[in-house]
Amino acid sequence: MSTSKPTRLVSLFNDGFDIRATLLRGRAWFALIIIIIVFSVLSPNYLSLNNILQMSAHVAVFAILSMGMLMVILNGGIDLSVGSTLGFAGIIAGSLMQGVDIPALGIKLFPAVWVVVLIAVACGAGIGFINGVLISRFRVAPFVATLGMLYVVRGAALLITGGLTFPKLQGSADLGNTGFNWLGFNRVFGVPVGVVIMLVIAILLSVLLNRTVFGRWIYASGGNNRAAELSGIPVKKVQIRVYVISGMCAAIAGVIIASELTSASPVAGETFELTAIAAVVIGGASLAGGIGAIRGTLLGAFVIGFLSDGLVIIGVSEYWQMIFKGGVIVLAVMLNAIHYRGRKRGPDSPPPTASFAAVSSAPAEPRAEKNVA
Amino acid sequence: MVMQGEVLLSARSVVKRYGGVHALKGVNFEVHRGAVTTLFGENGAGKSTLMKILSGVEVPTSGQLILDGQPVEFTSTVDAREKGISIIHQELSLAPNLSVRDNIFMGREITTNRGTVDYAAEEKAVRALMEGLEENISPKTLVSELRLGQQQIVEIARALSVNSRILIMDEPTSALSANEVEVLFRVIHDLTASGVSIVYISHHLEEALQITDFAVVLRDGEIVAQDEAANIDLVWIVSNMVGRNFDLGTPPTGYEFGETVLQVKQVSVADPANPDRYLVNNLTLDIRAGEIVCVYGLMGAGRTELLEAVAGRGSIASGEVLLNGMDVAKLSIAQRIERGLGLVPEDRQRDGLVQTMTVGHNLSLASLQSLVKGVLMSSTSESRLVDNQIAKVHVKTNGGGAAIGSLSGGNQQKVVIGKMLATNPTVILLDEPSRGIDVGAKAEVFGLLSSLASQGVAVLYSTSEVGECLSIAHRIVVMNKGRILASFGPNVTKEQIMSASGEAVLA
Repeated sequence: MSTSKPTRLVSLFNDGFDIRATLLRGRAWFALIIIIIVFSVLSPNYLSLNNILQMSAHVAVFAILSMGMLMVILNGGIDLSVGSTLGFAGIIAGSLMQGVDIPALGIKLFPAVWVVVLIAVACGAGIGFINGVLISRFRVAPFVATLGMLYVVRGAALLITGGLTFPKLQGSADLGNTGFNWLGFNRVFGVPVGVVIMLVIAILLSVLLNRTVFGRWIYASGGNNRAAELSGIPVKKVQIRVYVISGMCAAIAGVIIASELTSASPVAGETFELTAIAAVVIGGASLAGGIGAIRGTLLGAFVIGFLSDGLVIIGVSEYWQMIFKGGVIVLAVMLNAIHYRGRKRGPDSPPPTASFAAVSSAPAEPRAEKNVA
Repeated sequence: MVMQGEVLLSARSVVKRYGGVHALKGVNFEVHRGAVTTLFGENGAGKSTLMKILSGVEVPTSGQLILDGQPVEFTSTVDAREKGISIIHQELSLAPNLSVRDNIFMGREITTNRGTVDYAAEEKAVRALMEGLEENISPKTLVSELRLGQQQIVEIARALSVNSRILIMDEPTSALSANEVEVLFRVIHDLTASGVSIVYISHHLEEALQITDFAVVLRDGEIVAQDEAANIDLVWIVSNMVGRNFDLGTPPTGYEFGETVLQVKQVSVADPANPDRYLVNNLTLDIRAGEIVCVYGLMGAGRTELLEAVAGRGSIASGEVLLNGMDVAKLSIAQRIERGLGLVPEDRQRDGLVQTMTVGHNLSLASLQSLVKGVLMSSTSESRLVDNQIAKVHVKTNGGGAAIGSLSGGNQQKVVIGKMLATNPTVILLDEPSRGIDVGAKAEVFGLLSSLASQGVAVLYSTSEVGECLSIAHRIVVMNKGRILASFGPNVTKEQIMSASGEAVLA
């Protein structure tokens, strides 16, 4: 047919454009695949099941932290206190495992492990609540409020221990508080418990974001706070709750780390907040709020984790590791900027494309909250 | 038509489109040396768009600008300023945290030989400017400490300090006192005498007529009339401005109004920047089920503040808002929506839409609670609601999953309206529902409001275009400086409304 050739040419052109768009949209996936391929070539052990599980256990801590951070970033905020909260929760767990003196009764209480974990997580929620109240009620900028909490909480952790580490958190059978190390050491069907917890949190938060009213509120108030407020969304409540979730996630990560090491250090989690932000950004979330998803953030955490573990395995110096990590983060932000260019525009400046063209290309556009990786 | 004075700057067949909105439809406009050319037109006629093109803020979609006989393209306002054209914007563009001096020389600081800012020289220049404007403002005063009128003077002084050949003034007098206006007009006379050309825009027609040398009337993006000052009068301007309007419908009839559903009783709203001033001043207004009320007022009349206060954004200083007889003044926005009171805000980009969400998610945003089954939202209920709303308000989109930015202004506006309608309101407030949408979409929006009213919804909308008052409204109230000045039935004339709002008193 005489007409078939030009048609195919046109579709070839379209495909060419699509490949670029696909590469851009799936950038975190491609980054992860490239990392795995490169390190597999450089080190034969990299792709072994055991190593993958080992690395995943490392990733889990960061991923849990990052998913909490994602809630805050989706809402248009930032939480710099998560690293300190992680350390603080570990210390709370550690000190409870050491036993609680009750001088009035002359006894020492050794709470059960599940109680310890619950209290530690509640502390994380409390720190998040303070962040949220400072930001939503007292209008302190998120960056400043959580930066302040970063110092306050770290200082509190150091005060509790006097700067020392709580060792030997295994507990003892006599006291009935054994099993703390289960979180960090054991495996469920061969999968480290930390990874299982990460997956459970991922599913819970994913359902929260996509299927509950509260999830939609997070996206809406992060995308346009004023419009959300006028639609009847309790924007301040939403703001407080995202910081509470972030604090809880940080505390869970802190308990897992303390369990893995069977010791709690007051300096655990230093600078982890930055890694968490990096994972969220690599996962395609917009720091301006309103765009991002759990799947992307998980991917972002895996990209960072597999990259840094790979660099350790092939024996790259720690200094070079830092440079590599930093480069990846900057690259990710650059690609985000390209991806979202023209999407967030100022008031009254309509989209660059004519309305017809934009409408006809709309199905190819992923929905905002699925727009990850 | 004979015009004296050479043409300094002209626009030839200038077209400007914003997405689906056709703001200018091939305009030929000329600026003459040493004369005041005044642009008349209703809101949305395209005046500001044309001025933005002449001053380099916007680039025309097609057409040409000719300066001194040569075609030019302005890449930015700085570029236009260097070529001798500067603009005083309707919205003030001052940095409130800086002093008068720093604002006036922002971006073009006078420097000493050592490269530091020459504050002494700047202050001397500012004093000279203020003297010319007969205003006693110290160069070191912070702009935030000045009242609005004085800020406008600073804005004018800044434009004067550039020594432009062409000075565009977009509503320069909106916050000025009568005295200040007189001084400004004297300054304008001096400027034109020294060869500077002025392009002047104002809603105060009589005032503008005093200084006009040449009048141009814009309507719906086209120039409909132009003539020398000697040949025109107020009647000529008004009749050309309003022209014959696109039919926006008539008030729905054939039913009785129901009970009074919304009562605004002696409500005052304080100016957040200056608590002693009231943006809404002791205002009382009732509306009954099935009734359509139009609030007419110019920028700064207090329309937005009134509607936002009723809807629950911000607090009222005094007075009561009764919804079905119950005081809602203490309720949150969500509670008011639940009780049937919803607001469609004026600025849909800033207050109406979440740009990062889809059409469907925007539509369901105010009624999410109704979609909950157990703990989770039902996606089937949601898509049913979205499809219903898309059909009900006639959004042209290929589905709820489309990006909100892919819609034209009119369809975006319908999404904002549809979002509120999904909450089943008994009273719906719409702040300038026609802002920035084309005339076809306007007619659709008004048709929608009309059918809502006939179903028993109380509709209250505001506008700054006279033509829109005389459409579907059963009652038209004219607002100015936070008060209601007059109230009319549907048979009022445009001239009566404009006269009541103090724009033009016709004999």
